[in-house]
Amino acid sequence: MTSALSIRDMVVTYDEFAALDHVNFDIGTGESFGIVGESGSGKSTLLRAVSGLASFDQGTLSVNGRPYSGRKRDKEFYRTVQMVFQDPYGSLHPRQTVDRLLLEPLVIHGFTDIETRINRALDEVGLGSGFRFRYSHQLSGGQRQRIAIARALILEPKILLLDEPTSALDASIQAEILNLLEQARRDRNLTFVMVSHDLGVISHMCERLAVMKNGKVVETVPRKALENREFSADYTRQLLVASEGFRRG
Amino acid sequence: MTVPVKPLLTVEDLRVTFPTRTGDVQAVRGVSFALGRERLGIVGESGSGKSQTGRAIMGLTPGHAKISARKLAFGDRDLLTMPARERRDLRGKKVAMILQDPKYSLNPVMTIGRQIVETLKTHEKISTSAAKARALAMLEAVQINDPERVFSLYPHEVSGGMGQRAMIAMMLICGPELLIADEPTSALDVTVQLEVLDILDKLVADRGMGLIFISHDLRLVSSFCDRVIVMYAGRIVEELPAANLADAQHPYTRGLLNCLPTIGSDRHPLPVLDRKPEWAL
Repeated sequence: MTSALSIRDMVVTYDEFAALDHVNFDIGTGESFGIVGESGSGKSTLLRAVSGLASFDQGTLSVNGRPYSGRKRDKEFYRTVQMVFQDPYGSLHPRQTVDRLLLEPLVIHGFTDIETRINRALDEVGLGSGFRFRYSHQLSGGQRQRIAIARALILEPKILLLDEPTSALDASIQAEILNLLEQARRDRNLTFVMVSHDLGVISHMCERLAVMKNGKVVETVPRKALENREFSADYTRQLLVASEGFRRG
Repeated sequence: MTVPVKPLLTVEDLRVTFPTRTGDVQAVRGVSFALGRERLGIVGESGSGKSQTGRAIMGLTPGHAKISARKLAFGDRDLLTMPARERRDLRGKKVAMILQDPKYSLNPVMTIGRQIVETLKTHEKISTSAAKARALAMLEAVQINDPERVFSLYPHEVSGGMGQRAMIAMMLICGPELLIADEPTSALDVTVQLEVLDILDKLVADRGMGLIFISHDLRLVSSFCDRVIVMYAGRIVEELPAANLADAQHPYTRGLLNCLPTIGSDRHPLPVLDRKPEWAL
């Protein structure tokens, strides 16, 4: 398995605080990799550092064998790596129509077949061209997240970074979005890096997962190990117990 | 369903309507239930009217909305015709509400201790020193290790879990008979959620309060409550004992239960809800 995304000893510090503390990951091409942890564990910081939204201070990042530095990223990088954010209300420009939102990445990257691409992107996320000239406030939370996914997929990236893509959505809508993401991954042979606090979602979507706490990776286990409870860290067990709901004891 | 001899709260045909430019929007459309000293869960998705039901009972519905009901009574007292003054006395003293996010629902410019003391002094004739002693005891009851320190902290200086405990302390300090908890743990980390629920559970049991637990999480509610009401589009579609959740009849309830990904179940794609228009009738 060639590695699509390789992170070595990545460190992100804010003033004195180490948000990421020597984190190592190797994620294979076509793999779906999950990261769980609670707030402050550094899971979102990791995605932001990989995507270039935050700079990292130490360590190396390479995507499909190409190294990237902490700050500058070229267009080629963004053709390869795209991100979907947690809050569909905050991640779409409120004064741009869906058409404009989807147009922008195409113009930046110099695509010419704009019409067909926008229509195809909308069809792919199950919305159809009727949504093309709406504003984001005219859409429901689930529809917005579909637009955000369409915007990420329209450049035909190879790696998709997903930061809690369904935690702001209702359970029934969550199921629809997860199905959509799985479909897209199958169709395009995408690599997923998915962050969530919900072990159920991660074990559904990912073949392998890392548990993070306080900026460090506690352990990395395959999905099967989670089902059979074969893990060593006590913290993983705590998360698993918490995910099973309340028990009167 | 066994209805207690004298219910703590009676709701019959409650309707909450919001007038908008495009006509009236009915958020709650004829909800009826009776609550004894028990734990009742109200479950539904966003827009199902679950929070508006809780707010109407609490008297926190926005001024422009219209409330109507055949009966809305707390014990023997009619909440519909009660003057605002009496309603204010009731609120915080007999009926209390825990909100979702301590970041937004605590006063940011008042220390936690002062906010708790304020509640107490509003409802009881009590000296400042006695009020402080009660507040400290209450903070200890919600398992805050160092109540003296937390008493003098501002809400932004504590974690989400700690803030939510402070809110529980504030709501329970006057010994209410009915507690409405609107998504009390949704803003908290999963590991903290259980601690907060545990504290809430013990306090509710010890004090024999009636509890209305509003949440979108069907599994969580059923593990916490005695009885569950499932709401869809402003109506109750199903009511069942929490232990019999697996026997739910309504397709919406079954769909909600079914669409959650769980560890160990390999279902690709996940079943999705097929919403039928007749559910909303």
